[in-house]
Amino acid sequence: MKLRALITGLAAACALAPTARAADVVIGDIDDLSGLYSDVSGPGATEAMKMAIADFGGTVLGRRIVTLVADHQNKPDIGASKFREWADQNGLNMLIGGSNTGVNIAMAKVAAAKKVPFFPVGPGGASLTNEDCTAYTVHYAYDTTALANGTATTIVKGGGKTWFFLTADYAFGSQLQNAAAKVVEANGGKVLGAVRVPLSASDFSSFLLQAQGSGAQVIGLANAGEDFVNSMKAANEFGITKSMKPAALLAFLTNIHSLGLETAQGLYLTTGWYWDLNDQTRAFAKRYFDKMKKMPTMDHAGYYSATLTYLKAVKAAGTTDSDKVMAELKRMKISDLFTPNGYVRRDGVMVHDMYVMQVKSPKESRYAWDYYKVVRVMPGEEAFGPVTGLCPLAPK
Amino acid sequence: MTTIFGYPLVVVLGQLVLGLVNGSFYALLSLGLAVIFGLMRVVNFAHGAFYALGAYAALVGLNVLGVGYWPALLLAPLVVGALGVVAERLLLRRLHGLDPLYGLLLTFGLALAIEGTLHQVFGSSGESYPVPEALRGVFNLGFMILPRYRAWVIVVSLVVCFGTWFVIERTRLGATLRAATENAPLLQAFGVNVPVLVAATYGGGVALAAFAGVLSAPVILVSSQMGSALVIVVFAVVVIGGMGSILGAVVSGLLLGLVEGFTKVIYPEASNIVVFVIMALVLIVRPHGLFGRE
Repeated sequence: MKLRALITGLAAACALAPTARAADVVIGDIDDLSGLYSDVSGPGATEAMKMAIADFGGTVLGRRIVTLVADHQNKPDIGASKFREWADQNGLNMLIGGSNTGVNIAMAKVAAAKKVPFFPVGPGGASLTNEDCTAYTVHYAYDTTALANGTATTIVKGGGKTWFFLTADYAFGSQLQNAAAKVVEANGGKVLGAVRVPLSASDFSSFLLQAQGSGAQVIGLANAGEDFVNSMKAANEFGITKSMKPAALLAFLTNIHSLGLETAQGLYLTTGWYWDLNDQTRAFAKRYFDKMKKMPTMDHAGYYSATLTYLKAVKAAGTTDSDKVMAELKRMKISDLFTPNGYVRRDGVMVHDMYVMQVKSPKESRYAWDYYKVVRVMPGEEAFGPVTGLCPLAPK
Repeated sequence: MTTIFGYPLVVVLGQLVLGLVNGSFYALLSLGLAVIFGLMRVVNFAHGAFYALGAYAALVGLNVLGVGYWPALLLAPLVVGALGVVAERLLLRRLHGLDPLYGLLLTFGLALAIEGTLHQVFGSSGESYPVPEALRGVFNLGFMILPRYRAWVIVVSLVVCFGTWFVIERTRLGATLRAATENAPLLQAFGVNVPVLVAATYGGGVALAAFAGVLSAPVILVSSQMGSALVIVVFAVVVIGGMGSILGAVVSGLLLGLVEGFTKVIYPEASNIVVFVIMALVLIVRPHGLFGRE
């Protein structure tokens, strides 16, 4: 009798547990949910992903759509092992990768081995569609190539011919600097020098004075996050932004919000998306704001769009079979609030327009979060550049 | 043009002034650590977290309560110092007389808890604190542009550092505090309430960290992690100065700021390790630090 009660109880518990069933379509999200990138992407991105699923109707091909979410804590091994576990045990059909290029490179290897469509949205590293490309990768929101092309081309063409870089002294910083330096030189500009700044330096003023001493017209900030914010603050304090034009090679809306317009005004930057572009983006931003009390970044909109794009591809392919969905993804046009005209190239880059922005002055800003004015809409082909040939899937 | 080691004099002078500004922060922070270690034998790993807490106290004061920079300079250290007293009475006191390692572990845990809470409440991207109206603008020193605020940092740090040194080394209160370290039971026998004195010392050290936090809020991004990298450097400063030596902490803080500033010109990549290289050298040659007693 007791045994029977136990078995009934267990069965009931199993039925109640929110585990995925074989018939479900399982979408995973592995992101930095608690560390330094958690404002740029993080819990807000998970929310955007769930909004997309709800907007799609909650089912695809008559199957329930369920989500799995994990924090990679910025550790590649945690990201990769979580991905592997979900692929092996939870019937994962698709994974979105949040911030951190290093973690995403580790996860790309799992995507290739387990044949699971993988949408890195948060990371910038262009290597994800070059040396580290896989047949299942769709690099979604932006990459270092597009950032450098957008900001550097626009400034050089606008007369900022001589550059000095303030570069974060690690792989990401030098990749950004190299990408931008190439663009500067290709457009007839000249790089006068660079200073390599240790990561998370407590003070940037010394490096900035060196930049000023170079006599260059433009100071290229090849750093990110807190380092970017602190270097901008010091540049403003020492009056360097009066004599040199600052160019951010990676800046998110949240960074500008932290800086404030008084300090950030005039800064050039490139983004894959901005909340105040048109009615469609504003409508999404309003819905998002009601939930999260902050405006969405390009990562948040990217999460929404990537989820929707995958589901549309599944619907069109009539199956969740990875190879068939990937084939559909590389065939379809992407048109939603994130981009009007995106498509997935054979090396895995989601090619779409990028926006070169200039940060408004406090006077120009008319309402809360009114931070950018569009300097130029850069067509996807120009922003992401030609196929490099470094990805074996896409020879030149 | 006059040059030093092949670098123009003006460049070197500029970097040295900036080094002095950073050195002032090091001095203030290491001063608090030295007070706490010197009088309590506690290696206060939560110092960086209290520094961040000081900056956040100023920020919340400004944004929520409308308390400006000047009152915050006094109020934030008081509030955070009071928290320090509570932490001492509730937690640290129980480890009294045990190996200093336990205090280090406890304060390390405390740092994680404080920084985690700040992250949870304020998010990860940080916020800016405006430079107070009266200190905006710059001084033109001829060889460089020095923002007024940075000059203020140097002045106020030196005043606070000297004041603290004076209180501890030259007044009756300081003598009592030092006596508590030497022989607490005897002092207690003279009718001095030693536990209160110890709690006040910890609160005072923590208040110094919070003061440095308020002072740095206008120049760097206020974030939950703002103290975690700095505290490691500051520990090195304290070790170089001689654990527990007040004068050593202040002098080596300023000196290391200068050395770091100079390194930023000749080999920028090494600027964040030069302090540790010096620490290793000092430990080899003078294990008790530059100003430490045997």
